[in-house]
Amino acid sequence: MTSGQALRAGAREALGVPAAVLGAGFLGYGSLAGDAGYSIWLTLSATLAIWALPGQLVLMEMHAREAAFLATVFAVSLSAARFLPMTLTLMPMMRGGSRVRGLWQFLFAAQMVSMTTWAVAMRRFEEMDVGARWNYFLGFSAICIGSSMLFAVIGQLLIGALPPLARYGLALLTPLYFFVTLVGEARTRTAITALVCGAAVALVLHVYAPAWSLFGAGFIGGTIAWAWQGSHVRRG
Amino acid sequence: MSAAAELWLLMLACGGATYLWRGLGVLLSGRLNPKSAVFEWVSCVAYALVAGLIARIIVAPSGLMAQTALTDRLLTCVVAFIAYRLSRRNMFVGLLSGVLFFVAATHVRSVFL
Repeated sequence: MTSGQALRAGAREALGVPAAVLGAGFLGYGSLAGDAGYSIWLTLSATLAIWALPGQLVLMEMHAREAAFLATVFAVSLSAARFLPMTLTLMPMMRGGSRVRGLWQFLFAAQMVSMTTWAVAMRRFEEMDVGARWNYFLGFSAICIGSSMLFAVIGQLLIGALPPLARYGLALLTPLYFFVTLVGEARTRTAITALVCGAAVALVLHVYAPAWSLFGAGFIGGTIAWAWQGSHVRRG
Repeated sequence: MSAAAELWLLMLACGGATYLWRGLGVLLSGRLNPKSAVFEWVSCVAYALVAGLIARIIVAPSGLMAQTALTDRLLTCVVAFIAYRLSRRNMFVGLLSGVLFFVAATHVRSVFL
């Protein structure tokens, strides 16, 4: 496979379910951004700069509730910690082949990693020539990012143009998307515990310390789920 | 500083805070074991945080969603999830069913209640 073919193969595979599912999430994100008073430029820049829908939502949610600057940055950062093991496993698979790439190129590619691109790349890289992986990843990621930005703009334009009832439906789209994804994928005891504890801690803390409720949900809920899993593993 | 400038600054800081983990992953690759207990903890934390975020948006939303009924939002989650499962995990069927149900429920409420 030449590098051009690999680039096109990646782009082609993204232009289906991956771009459409991301599009639905970002359509709702754009509509929420419009409702929150974001400019189109801010919506697009946040998508490029953060490129993680949970983090972008945390930022929007906490800013709407006037949480402190640092509390917001901490919560967004905690929601993004999963990128460390993701780039850790993905980048070594893209090394190798005939071309030697510099560190800065890997640092650039790391910005394109998302839950979707990571999951697809980890699966497809296994059966792919090492030399083709880099371009496949760039092609796939570019379409994912482009489609997300496009749908975010559409969502933002729609929220101002639609009648009130349809606006409510659009605004619920992204929370619903995450609800279905989270509950649908929670098949292990650890995942279910993290889900239930995270939701419970967030709702309780929301009453007492709203600025720290998401940080607390992650930290406390996640630790409980992890510790419980650990105790099961040790007992065999 | 104006409110808009502050939001831009906050957004850029959040971008940097997100990139921190991506960049560290590149620099540390080959030196850390991705299957270690620390990373299991990290994934539990991220999962619980997003669960908390969604719970808060659905139960106590701000903005436009605050004008809708809690019962409708909760029922919508149930409807979307059932449609998703019945359609063999088709995300579009789940989302469309949920959104249509939500719009219908909100409309009925505004007309009759």
